[in-house]
Amino acid sequence: MSVIQSSKPVSAVASFEDQQRLKVVFVGHVDHGKSTLIGRIFYDTQSLADGKVEQIQAACREEGMEFEYAFLLDALLEEQEQNITIDTTQIQFKTARRPYVIIDAPGHKEFLKNMITGAASADAAVLLIAANEGVREQSRRHGYLLSMLGIRQVVVAVNKMDLVNFSEETFNAVVAEYRQFLSQIGLEARTFVPISARNGFNVASKAAVEMPWYKGPSVLDMLDRFESPKPTTEQPLRFPVQDVYRFDERRIIAGRIESGTLRVGDRLLFSPNNKTSVVASIERWSGEPGEVAYAGESVAITLTEQIFVQRGHVASQEKDTPIESNRFKANLFWMGKNNLVAGNRYKLKLTTQELDCELVSVDRVIDASTLEAVGEPRNYIARNDVAEITLQTRTPLVMDNHDRIPTLGRFIIVDGHQVGGGGILSGGTYTDRTQVKSQNIFWSEGKVTASHRAARNGHQGAIVWLTGLSGSGKSTLAKALERELFNLGMHTTILDGDNVRHGLNSNLGFSPEDRVENIRRVGEVARLMAESGLIVISAFISPYRVDRRRAREIALEGGCGFLEVFVDAPLEVCEQRDPKNLYRRARAGEIQEFTGISAPYESPENAEVVVPTSKLSLEESIAVVMEALLPRVRHEFSPEI
Amino acid sequence: MSQPTIPMKMSEHPAYAGRYPAPPEDGKAAFFPEKISREDCAHLDALEAQSIFLIREAYHYFKNVCMPWSMGKDSNVLIWLSKKAFCGHIPYPLLHIDTTYEFPEMIEYRNWAVEHHGLNLIVKINEDARAGRGAYAERGPIGYDTTDPVTVTHELKTEALKQVMAEHRWDALITGIRRDEDPTRAKERYFSPRTADFDWDYKDQPPEFWNQFTSSCGAGEHVRVQALLDWSERDIWLYIQREGIPIPKMYFARTGADGKRYRFRSLGCWPISGPVESEADTIDKIIDELAVTKTSERAGRAQDHHERNAMQKLRAKGFM
Repeated sequence: MSVIQSSKPVSAVASFEDQQRLKVVFVGHVDHGKSTLIGRIFYDTQSLADGKVEQIQAACREEGMEFEYAFLLDALLEEQEQNITIDTTQIQFKTARRPYVIIDAPGHKEFLKNMITGAASADAAVLLIAANEGVREQSRRHGYLLSMLGIRQVVVAVNKMDLVNFSEETFNAVVAEYRQFLSQIGLEARTFVPISARNGFNVASKAAVEMPWYKGPSVLDMLDRFESPKPTTEQPLRFPVQDVYRFDERRIIAGRIESGTLRVGDRLLFSPNNKTSVVASIERWSGEPGEVAYAGESVAITLTEQIFVQRGHVASQEKDTPIESNRFKANLFWMGKNNLVAGNRYKLKLTTQELDCELVSVDRVIDASTLEAVGEPRNYIARNDVAEITLQTRTPLVMDNHDRIPTLGRFIIVDGHQVGGGGILSGGTYTDRTQVKSQNIFWSEGKVTASHRAARNGHQGAIVWLTGLSGSGKSTLAKALERELFNLGMHTTILDGDNVRHGLNSNLGFSPEDRVENIRRVGEVARLMAESGLIVISAFISPYRVDRRRAREIALEGGCGFLEVFVDAPLEVCEQRDPKNLYRRARAGEIQEFTGISAPYESPENAEVVVPTSKLSLEESIAVVMEALLPRVRHEFSPEI
Repeated sequence: MSQPTIPMKMSEHPAYAGRYPAPPEDGKAAFFPEKISREDCAHLDALEAQSIFLIREAYHYFKNVCMPWSMGKDSNVLIWLSKKAFCGHIPYPLLHIDTTYEFPEMIEYRNWAVEHHGLNLIVKINEDARAGRGAYAERGPIGYDTTDPVTVTHELKTEALKQVMAEHRWDALITGIRRDEDPTRAKERYFSPRTADFDWDYKDQPPEFWNQFTSSCGAGEHVRVQALLDWSERDIWLYIQREGIPIPKMYFARTGADGKRYRFRSLGCWPISGPVESEADTIDKIIDELAVTKTSERAGRAQDHHERNAMQKLRAKGFM
């Protein structure tokens, strides 16, 4: 058995970087020997359980098969029968320098998704080419995908040298051909190693006898020479919000820091709604309480001001923000069962963002093995295609260029329940907002249903019924809420005394009967508007419980969501505010039947939301309403529409 | 052979008739490790961050989540990570599939841990199978004295899980399986969809990359969220030590009747779980032992070895 050569002296404790597992993906054309090489590496590094080799050898004798190192890896029955790897496998092993995770990515053309699944998380790659077959379609295709995924550390192992009599000439020919291909896609192999995986030549030890002309490192030497991924703490802060929890009366914002550093006291800007607040604390259960958190950590923070924040918002420092755009170009690979078709709508996910998107155009379909544009222009992308495309999202996507901050520069597209493909964002041409026009076209026939409207609007209609004393802050909250919803791309409007009393209800006064009729009409109008897909914010004192209950019933009859919001400020505060001088006049007897003074106000008993405007800032008040409202109007994306 | 009922003295329980003796009656239900952070565990931070991320994703996408809890070391790490993810809370129930073949001290540990962590625990036993009634009337009682271990595992664990899932309609299970445990688990996804019949279509798994997961499933189907997939057995121990996570005492060496020392590496039903010879009575010693061992973690589990590919067959039918 060979001895493992390490390029580094063994010390008692490895450096921080060397303690991190380096993920290496093995790719290459089918049958060029990936599984054999991996099996051989496990054998040579003594990574297998005692008796495993003997056990598999015995099983082979039983079945009348010749033992192969690939069997050490192929555990599933089907693989042993078909002698091919059917799914990505991840296995750990280590050399004297550091631990590794080996990712075995299948080479069959139809198994692209498994290769992507395996390769997308890799830090480095070993690409195999069989010397007797030379560079094949998959050799090039996999190289292209590695480059697209941003994997820069690549070693090419030229396998099966024993089948070409260890010919240096054959090796050099393969090297020349593949090196030329790699240079076209901007990838440079660290080195080419001639090997025979089944014999272990140049895998862990040198094959001085068989290939004396090769003076370079073995495959394992090369693995040890790969660099560990560098921490991204020096990059700009990107903190995509994963969730907002309410625990122990605190509002906790959870997520993983994708890049940069986050400190207590930092002022964070949340994109795309451009709100800012300051980090009040970093919450760590059972951990050391700290003032700072770094890239890679899953953290929970609290803010000094409780602004509206939700999953998908991306926090950054104010001075170094990500890009926001709703029309952009991307490089995309597609593995979906159905074609990706221009004009159709899909779900796009980038970190924790989830947006409806539409394929605007297919700009170029590329043959990944020849690097040439494929055929005539077309408006779809088929399974296994790689293409340059233009996408449009309903609301702004928060992103970075992939070469700057990789995790914010890549997205996936979901078709139905299935991940269909992935895309890479790169700089330049994707912020031309003047071209943005709605291109949402529906071909459905027949009655326009609530779900059709929701699919187009991206949300359902609903009624937000604000109730509270005069001066409690209903109008202020209504206007701010309308602006907030509008900025999120939602369709919304306000019903209040200003636009209802003078027109629709101009024949009504303030007697108890007229008040009842006033609210009834508002309830009916709100229902019609909500049915047409709007989020209607009604801002009326609506002092009587029975009237509000009636408005709720009207809404529910129409199938509209109804959110009763108690805008709760004490009478003294309202009277002190008295923005329209009404309390003073009521006290002076100039206004009869004034709610709170000479007419009753019945506080809601079961309002969905209570907003104590005398205790919360306006931003905080909005946050409280938004948190309750958004889950109720969320449109579940349904591809059948 | 029916399950003896408490209050039999633990030392008289048949579970301790083998090499591993009953625990001393010292009133301690759990082992509390001394918190030590070794120099060679810098990689634990990345593992922890990814697991917390996965757990939070599961909670976000699936509101009807459950966390199976075997009481073993891995599932105790899951409890710990859940508390880290949710600032000391666990916002979903835990599930113990009780085969009725648990070691008595594990039941003691279970009761203690429920109190200690404030768990919302659901205990499920496939009563019909054990009693041989209902759907099992013709076959008779399922147990290790009457049935082969693969069938017992399937009926008392997988079928029990199906029954309790039908009752509670969970759409996601957060599990603690690891890639290094078994070759079939090495091929798992973080979010792995299962059909209504619990089938795992390992020939056509969905793509999974860039931390985007299968985040929805059809009616009756569920998703297994495998939050510890990247961890190794040794990582689990390094983390238990670093964090001081309380665990069952059976992982530590006791002196058997033959004078040799034994401990459990993996805990399962007592009739089919064998201890390994080991001097390790501290976590440090366990970690050092794992650095040189060449036997597999589940070597002591009889159901894995009953026939060739037994584990693959069990897992394709819905076993964890």
